Amino acid sequence: MDNSTEQLKVPRAPVIGPGHTFATITDKISSIVLTRPLSNGWFLGFGIAFLLMNMMLFAIGYLFVRGTGIWGVTIPIGWGFAIVNFVWWIGIGHAGTLISAILMLLRQSWRNSINRFAEAMTLFAVSCAGVFPLIHVGRPWLAYWLFPYPNSMGVWPQFRSPLVWDVFAVSTYATISALFWFIGLVPDLATLRDRSENRVAKMIYGMLALGWRGSARHWARYETAYLLLAGLATPLVLSVHTVVSFDFAVGIVPGWHTTIFPPYFVAGAIYSGFAMVLMLAIPIRKIYGLEDFITDRHLQNSAKVMLATGLIVAYGYIIELFMGWYSGNRYEAFTMWNRMHGPYAFYYWMLWVCNIFVPQVLWIRKLRTSPLWLFLISGVVLVGMWLERFIIVVVSLHRDFLTSSWGMYYPTRWDWMTYIGTIGMFLAAIFLFVRILPMISIFEMRTLLPEAEVKHK
Amino acid sequence: MKMEEQDGKQPEKQKQEEVCPGKKELALDLATAQETQGPEFWRSLQELAGSAEFRDMMHREFPKGASEWVDTVSRRGFMKLMGASLAMAGMTACTKQPLEPIVPYVKQPEELVPGRPQFYATAFLLGGYASPLLVESHMYRPTKIEGNDKHPASLGGTDVFSQASILEMYDPDRSQTITYLGDVRTWTDFLNAVRGPLSVQKGLLGAGLRVLSRASSSPTLASQKAEFLATYPMAKWVVYEPAGRDNVYAGAEQAFGQPLETLYKLDGADVVLALDADFLYAGFPGNTRYIRDFAQRRDPDSGHMSRLYVVESTPTSTGAKADQRLPLRAVDVEGLARGLAAALGVGSGATLPAEQQAFVTAVAKDLQAHRGASLVVAGDHLPPAVHALVHAINQALGNAGKTVVYTDPVLAQAGDASGLKDLVAEIRGGKVDQLFILGGNPVYDAPADFGFADALKNSSIPLRIYHGLYQNETSDLCHWHINEAHYLEAWGDGRAYDGTVSIVQPLIAPLYGGKSIWEMASLLNGQSSTPGYEIIQGFWKKQHPGADFEAFWRKALHDGWVEGTAFTPRTVSAKAPASSSAPGSEKSIEINFRRDPSIYDGTYSNNGWLQELPKPMTKMTWDNPVLVGPAMAERLGLASEDLVTLTLNGKAVTAPVWVQAGHADNSITVFLGYGRRRAGRVGTGAGFDMYALRYSATPWIATGVTLAKAGGKYKLATTQGYQTMETPDGGSRPLVRTASLEEYHEDPGFAREEEPPAELTLYKPYPYKDEPYAWGMAIDMNACVGCNNCIVACQSENNIAVVGKEQVVLGRHMHWLRVDAYYQGDRDNPKAYFQPVPCQQCENAPCEVVCPVGATTHSSEGLNDMVYNRCVGTRYCSNNCPYKVRRFNFLLFQDLETPQLKMMRNPDVTVRTRGVMEKCTYCVQRINQHRIDAEREDRLIADGELKTACQQSCPANAIIFGNINDPNSQVSKLKAKQRNYSLLGDLNTRPRTTYLAEIRNPSPELEGKAEHTTHG
Repeated sequence: MDNSTEQLKVPRAPVIGPGHTFATITDKISSIVLTRPLSNGWFLGFGIAFLLMNMMLFAIGYLFVRGTGIWGVTIPIGWGFAIVNFVWWIGIGHAGTLISAILMLLRQSWRNSINRFAEAMTLFAVSCAGVFPLIHVGRPWLAYWLFPYPNSMGVWPQFRSPLVWDVFAVSTYATISALFWFIGLVPDLATLRDRSENRVAKMIYGMLALGWRGSARHWARYETAYLLLAGLATPLVLSVHTVVSFDFAVGIVPGWHTTIFPPYFVAGAIYSGFAMVLMLAIPIRKIYGLEDFITDRHLQNSAKVMLATGLIVAYGYIIELFMGWYSGNRYEAFTMWNRMHGPYAFYYWMLWVCNIFVPQVLWIRKLRTSPLWLFLISGVVLVGMWLERFIIVVVSLHRDFLTSSWGMYYPTRWDWMTYIGTIGMFLAAIFLFVRILPMISIFEMRTLLPEAEVKHK
Repeated sequence: MKMEEQDGKQPEKQKQEEVCPGKKELALDLATAQETQGPEFWRSLQELAGSAEFRDMMHREFPKGASEWVDTVSRRGFMKLMGASLAMAGMTACTKQPLEPIVPYVKQPEELVPGRPQFYATAFLLGGYASPLLVESHMYRPTKIEGNDKHPASLGGTDVFSQASILEMYDPDRSQTITYLGDVRTWTDFLNAVRGPLSVQKGLLGAGLRVLSRASSSPTLASQKAEFLATYPMAKWVVYEPAGRDNVYAGAEQAFGQPLETLYKLDGADVVLALDADFLYAGFPGNTRYIRDFAQRRDPDSGHMSRLYVVESTPTSTGAKADQRLPLRAVDVEGLARGLAAALGVGSGATLPAEQQAFVTAVAKDLQAHRGASLVVAGDHLPPAVHALVHAINQALGNAGKTVVYTDPVLAQAGDASGLKDLVAEIRGGKVDQLFILGGNPVYDAPADFGFADALKNSSIPLRIYHGLYQNETSDLCHWHINEAHYLEAWGDGRAYDGTVSIVQPLIAPLYGGKSIWEMASLLNGQSSTPGYEIIQGFWKKQHPGADFEAFWRKALHDGWVEGTAFTPRTVSAKAPASSSAPGSEKSIEINFRRDPSIYDGTYSNNGWLQELPKPMTKMTWDNPVLVGPAMAERLGLASEDLVTLTLNGKAVTAPVWVQAGHADNSITVFLGYGRRRAGRVGTGAGFDMYALRYSATPWIATGVTLAKAGGKYKLATTQGYQTMETPDGGSRPLVRTASLEEYHEDPGFAREEEPPAELTLYKPYPYKDEPYAWGMAIDMNACVGCNNCIVACQSENNIAVVGKEQVVLGRHMHWLRVDAYYQGDRDNPKAYFQPVPCQQCENAPCEVVCPVGATTHSSEGLNDMVYNRCVGTRYCSNNCPYKVRRFNFLLFQDLETPQLKMMRNPDVTVRTRGVMEKCTYCVQRINQHRIDAEREDRLIADGELKTACQQSCPANAIIFGNINDPNSQVSKLKAKQRNYSLLGDLNTRPRTTYLAEIRNPSPELEGKAEHTTHG
């Protein structure tokens, strides 16, 4: 509330376009779901994404039939695309939680227009990420042994293993994200229930709205619940990727065994997450005419977050190099040398270009506010962040301690099909989401209007 | 309660009534089925049984396509076929159990305890020479080959070929029936077919009868051969051994006037010079014993460490062990030998180039200084003149009778190509009516200039009979094929390198009812029905008549050799070498044809273990690239995997190049045995046929070969892509630690480096000291000669899968134990080191903490155990293993379908399926076996009683395993040595496997001149 008053004083781009009332906001957002016809473009986009998702299912089906050997993984590169993609997707998910939980606690009300789909994005990204740990194991039908469940064998997971921590971190994260998202949706689901003319839709929205009537008591409880969940989700933003980074940091592989990994991974996660938010927000606001709600201010703020986290990531890279030299450890030093000069050097330098050099143009205000430039730069950052995980996972493993056991990693078509397939799955879910649920929080947007302010005398 | 009980009973009664009618019907059916000789409901299949294909299938067990699979090893295709044949097998056997009553043992056979293996002595035959063995047998199924530790030729060690021969016996591709023009026949059919023609030949005194066999040392076969030649005086029995030792015998003949066997006593040799002789690798008769003797003399603490000089063209494991090595073209070895002879005052030699001269001078001086305790060994393939020279040199050095011993020849005939040449001429001349080819594969491996295949194909020989283990190139051109019984299935005999006779004792009834060569020879001699046992025993009865024959025979079988059959050394004197006939040092490129280190001369090309066995120097599997030295490759603009066309005598072969560090310049090496056109699923099509370039006049070394880039690349499968300890950033890693003897004496602890304190770990250390046992291993790299035995022994003991070339290319070979080879220094003449790497069984194992399901855990005795059942396959353990000894089943690598392979497996070791991590267990099954024995006798496992498979097969005694809690155990003593160090010890993994640094004993005279000295 202080923010919005401040806004009036400081000549900044607004977080909501001028001329909106409670009614126009509700109309505008709910119409996308309720009245807008499905366009050919939507069908085309969804169709392609759906096909890609089926390609992934086929690739996974074949994987289950034949075994992990259809991928490029080998000894010494025991982890390949699956883990790279897992970390990449999990990282992308982080932006959603950051936006909805941390920014909410920090009362950054500009987040209101992007939190809903950022959270949806989190959920879908975590789903995509969740595919990989399951299928990458040699015997996926036994993957449930990673969970501590009472069993007649009397054995438990081995709690010293970061993979077990991962199971807890990711499953908690998925649960909290889903809950948080759903709780936030309840008032809007009630709006859709009330406005929907289709009986079936009315019933479905009605059930999902859990009997929301908008009474003051509902609102009071909702606010408390939402705040509590935000409080729960906030540490997860930091913890999930910290735990994911432990998968590597706990290992003794040179290039993995690094204490800087937790903060560097978290920053990288948010970095890629915001890039994904921008890559989604920019076309969506264009297609659905939501420039009033997702304004240039939002884009700019996201760009600034990217700039900041990108610099943290750059710091991480530099410290990795420095420690490689400073540790005096021949294996560490060689790993860094190998990144720069080894067979995968091209990808390492591309990583610097994509994650460090190119995003520096965001210092220029003009580019920072240009949706097209932001879209392109976000794409570059997403590629860069994928490369970062590739460098960490594959390039560290391919030449470790004994020179006799060095090897090379060549992804197979099945690796690519699975990876691209998860992008299809992600996009298919996004396509469905924008047409089934309000992609912008209606009631939270309404709080941004001057009318919503509580006037003190 | 009562009510309930009653209620409960009634339904049961009803149930019984319901079941009974069905039972009756079934019983009736069975009765009728028995009356009608076989269940009636299979009538349609009985009809099917009338068809020719069905009968064929019954004989062959697999459908027709199975044994003629000409594709590369395609698991999918194979599985399809196997699946189909299994389904059909199900139709021929209608129930799971036979109809006849079967009962378990009422009285168990004596000494047979289910679950406890038995060991039988027998002998393996390679190139005619016998290697004495003990074979482990589980419930009458041989499962593992061990060396005969009491036999002087083995002392417990084996070679790779004998280790892998168990797979050959169970090979599903072995021919399984007698065939005539491809159709299945019976032994009786065959007898009927040959009886007439043979009696005709008897009348003709055998004028048209020819027998072609491989070299043999069997006394029985020799007597059968004599009998044959007596029966058919005009007949000829030709012996051809494609990669035999004819030059050795010819050389002895030049020197002594008679062919003699040359034996070496390496335990007495202070200075050894090997002239292109790979006497430390399988295929060199006596290598097992030589390795043991050589390794014993390499102990730097003994005060009499020997010095090995090697002159060689192609790098071998013997050259890798050299203290001083000189790469030299094989054609120039004769010149060098003459130079050496001259330097030692035997004959006169031409002047040598400066580098060679310096080498020769130093060697001559060293040899002179150790008269009677020095030794010069010449390679099998070198021309007879060099052998004669070497005999003269050894005599001049006073070594004869001391480090080198001459005996009667072990082989009755070495098998040079001359006999085959005459045979081909006779075939072409139409003089041959019946040709018996007993073993071998002459159509594939005969010299290219003979045109043997052509002659056979176009000949009008009315009766061509091929007797062999496989249907192959030769059987294709013969009328009859008689499937041979494997040596583990048949009675036989043979002589070891020192002449000692071993009885070849079968371990199992022939799987496919084959015949042994002795039985075939007996057939030729008119006793077609004499079983192998009677043939062999009958012969030895004649040799040892008397009442105690039974005792003699039992003792021979039990011990594995016949007492008193070793040849007595002969005192002979070598003639002065003939004056120089050495070829001038022409600068044309020479080509070396060598036996393959893994598949010999092609005999073992269908053996998956051997095909996938990394060759000692190149670590190559599944292929035989052209080995080219780095300087020459650079000159010709060649890189590894480039295809080149080799042209020699107008014949051309296109094959890939492998740039081999240390290869002599202007010289290339090709291994024989590959490019088989019909070997079986494993061997067909692998590699390139180099016999096509091999002419009878120059079987081993030929000059004038040309190399032309053929364009294109060919993917080669090596198991070690990077073969130095130097990293590309200019760093170096102390993986193999070495020093010269002098440096070692100055600083005995040079190999040790500071290791982090034991308590520097997050986890509570386990009190291993309180346990009765703490297992550990010490590997003496000074003793290790890189013979690869441990790899095959481990594969056999632990049911390790073969993965095929494509998977090796991807890096997915499954060997639990590998032998890393590292090159160091000058690429044209590097030093080379071998380092066997099994699981290091770390006390602070990095793999254990990262496994999410606890599938790899620590035992109280310090073993890093794998729980296959619990493994879900995250591969995290492998990523975190700094030694990369863990192997993952990326696909279903095990063949779970083929029935023969099921019989072969060690029943004490789990067969791993897809998705599971596996690794060396220190042969935990053996530990537990001995623990049970020891506990029953209420004692501790004694030191030396328990050996791991690798240790047991190691001819060099380089691998020592035992209890490190016992300070007096052999392993503890080794670990207490100052040159003991942990690999990557700075990681605080505290490995239980440690290494003894390698010490070289360079010649002080030559080492000053060498550019590269090595330090640890």
